[in-house]
Amino acid sequence: MSNIKREFDRRKFIKGCLLGGVGLGILPTLSKMHEVLGSTEKLAEYVPEIRSYGMGINVKACIGCGKCVNACEQENNVPKDPMYYRTWVERYTLLLSGETIVESPFGGSRGFTDTHQESKILKSFFVPKLCNHCKNAPCVQVCPVGATFTTSEGVVLVDKDYCIGCSYCLQACPYGARFMNPITHTADKCTFCYHRLSRGLLPACVEVCPTKARIFGDTKLRSSQLTRFFRQNEIQVLKGGLNTDPQVFYARLDGEVR
Amino acid sequence: MEGIEQLPEILRLASGYIYPNEAELHWGFLVVIYPYLTGLVAGAFILASLVKVFNVKALLPTYRLSMLTALSFLIVAPLPLLAHLGHPERSLQIFLTPQPKSAMAMFGFVYAWYLMMVLLAEIWLEYRIVLIEKGRTKKGLKKLFYKFVSLWDTDTSKKSIIFDHKAIHFITLVGIPSAFLLHGYVGFIFGAIKANPWWSSVLMPVVFLFSAIVSGIALVLILYTLTSLFKSRPIDMKCLEKLAAFLLYALLVDFSLEMLDFIHRLYESEESIEILGHMITNRLFISLIIVQMLLGTIIPLITLSILHIKKDMPVEFRRLGYLIAAVLIQMGIFSTRWNVVVGGQLFSKSLRGLTIYKVEMLGTEGLFMGILLLVLPLIILYFVAKILPMWQDDPVVDSGTK
Repeated sequence: MSNIKREFDRRKFIKGCLLGGVGLGILPTLSKMHEVLGSTEKLAEYVPEIRSYGMGINVKACIGCGKCVNACEQENNVPKDPMYYRTWVERYTLLLSGETIVESPFGGSRGFTDTHQESKILKSFFVPKLCNHCKNAPCVQVCPVGATFTTSEGVVLVDKDYCIGCSYCLQACPYGARFMNPITHTADKCTFCYHRLSRGLLPACVEVCPTKARIFGDTKLRSSQLTRFFRQNEIQVLKGGLNTDPQVFYARLDGEVR
Repeated sequence: MEGIEQLPEILRLASGYIYPNEAELHWGFLVVIYPYLTGLVAGAFILASLVKVFNVKALLPTYRLSMLTALSFLIVAPLPLLAHLGHPERSLQIFLTPQPKSAMAMFGFVYAWYLMMVLLAEIWLEYRIVLIEKGRTKKGLKKLFYKFVSLWDTDTSKKSIIFDHKAIHFITLVGIPSAFLLHGYVGFIFGAIKANPWWSSVLMPVVFLFSAIVSGIALVLILYTLTSLFKSRPIDMKCLEKLAAFLLYALLVDFSLEMLDFIHRLYESEESIEILGHMITNRLFISLIIVQMLLGTIIPLITLSILHIKKDMPVEFRRLGYLIAAVLIQMGIFSTRWNVVVGGQLFSKSLRGLTIYKVEMLGTEGLFMGILLLVLPLIILYFVAKILPMWQDDPVVDSGTK
C-alpha cells in the first residue's frame, strides 16, 4: 500500500515538474504573445480610470542622441516646417566663467556638436523636454471651448476637431510645449503617445531611448518602474513655483534648467 | 549636425535661447487691434456717462458722438479676433459650449451684454423720438427701415420721454461697471497668465481700464474737432476744454499706474527682470520708450498741463495743442497695446532669449487687414451718423437731452 502510494507520489511529482517546466517555458512566450497579439484584447481590458501616468527623466543618463525626438516625429507625424516639436532635447553648457549656454538645434534631433572649448567648460548635460501633463494644467484652464482636456489617466490631450485655434493655451503653457499645427490649424503637443498607451505599449520616445533616460509608468502603482525611479532618486519638476503640478519628473536636475 | 544656416530665418534672428516651439509668434497685429478697439469703446462710453450720470453739462455736445463712436468700434472689435482664429467657423462654440474656467470663454457674454443691454438699449432710447419722427416723414423703403429700427413704436408722449430719460440714466448707471468689465476683462485675459511674467500682473486690468478711458476721450476729442472743422461747425470751446481736462486727469492716473507697475517690477527684480530689461532696451525701445512713453505720454502730459494752467493762450493755438496731444496719445495707446501683446511674446519663457516679430503685409493677419479693421469703425460711424443725427442741434432731436 505504502509502495503504491510512494509510486503515485513520485509520478505525481515528476508530472508536476514537467508541467511546471512547460508552464514556465510557455508563460513568458504567452505574455509576449499577449503583447504582440492582442492589441484588441488589451484595448478591451484597458481601464483608464485606475491609471495615472507620468514620466521620469534621468538627466544623467541622457546622451543627447536625439533618437527620442526622431521617434516622436515619426510616430506622431509632427510637421517639420519651419520647426515644431512635441519633445526636444536641450544641451546645457555651464562655463567656468559662470555663463550658461543652452542650445537645442533642430530640437536636438540631429544630435549636438562640440562648440565650446573643453578647458572652459565646468560641466555639460542634456535635458529632454516635453509636455509636462500638469495636474493643474494652465492650458486646460484657459481653453475657451474645452478642446484641451485631461483624461482620467492624467494625460492632457487636444481635440483637434473641436479646437478653435485661438492660441490661448500656447500663451498659458509655461514650458513652450505647445505649437499651432500648420496643417490642422489647431493646438498640438505631446500626448504621451496615448494611442500606444491604450494598446499596452510605451510612448515612442521611451521605447527608443538607448540609455533608459526616459522612464514611463503609473505614478500610483507601487510596483511600477516610475515609482521605483521615485524611490531611488531625488525628484524635481520644472517651474515648480507655478503650481502646475507637472507629471514629468526629473532626477538630478540642475538649478539652471528652466 | 547640419549647419546653423539651415535653421529657419526666425531662429537665426533670435538672440539667446528660445524653446524650439517659440520660433513662431502666435498673437500678432490683429490681437493688438482687439484690445485697442475695445479700449476705445469703453473709454468713449465712460465719457458719455459723464454727461448722463455725473451731469457734466459742458460735455453734452459730445454725448451722442461718444455713444455712436462706442457702437461703431464695438461692432468691429470682435472681427480681428475672428480673423485670427485657426478655425473661425468654430467660433460660435465659445457661446454654445463655453468652458467656465476659461477667462476667454466669457468674451461672448461680456461682449453681448455690453452691445445689447448697454449700448444698443441706450442709443435706441436716446434716438427713439428721432426714429419715430423719421418713420413718419420718410417714404418708401426708408420709411419701412425707420419703422423697423424704431420697433414700430409710435409713443411720443411727454410721459414716454420722461421714461426714456429715467431709463437712459439707469442704463448708464449699469453701463459704467459694464464698460469697466468689458475692458478690465480684456486686461484680465493677459494679466491672469502666470506663465508670462510680462503679462502676469494684478494691475493689468486696471492699467488697461485707465488707458482705455484715455484713448476713448482722446478719440472723441479728435473726432469732435475734425468733424467740426470739416462741417464748418463752431467748436464749443467749453466742451473742448472740459474734454481736454478729463483727458489730462485720466492720462495722469494712467501714467501713475504704469509707473507703479514699472517701479514695482524693478524693485522686486524677480527672475525675469534681466530678460525683460533686455527686451525693453532692445526689441521694444522704439515702441515703448520712444512712442509709448515719450511721444504718447510725456509730451501730451506737458502740452495738456501747460494749456490747462495757461488759460490766456489764443483759442486756435489751444485747439491745435489739444488735437496734437490727442493724436499723440492715440499713437501712444496703440503702442501700449502692441507692447503688451507682442512684447509678451518676444522673450522666451526659458527667460534666456528674445525672438522677433515681423508683420506680414498681406493675408488675414497682415498689415493691410489690420489697417482695414482700424478704418472700418470710422466708415461705420460715418453711415451710422447718416441715420442717427450726431449733433444736439440737428433737426428732430427733441429727445430730451437738452
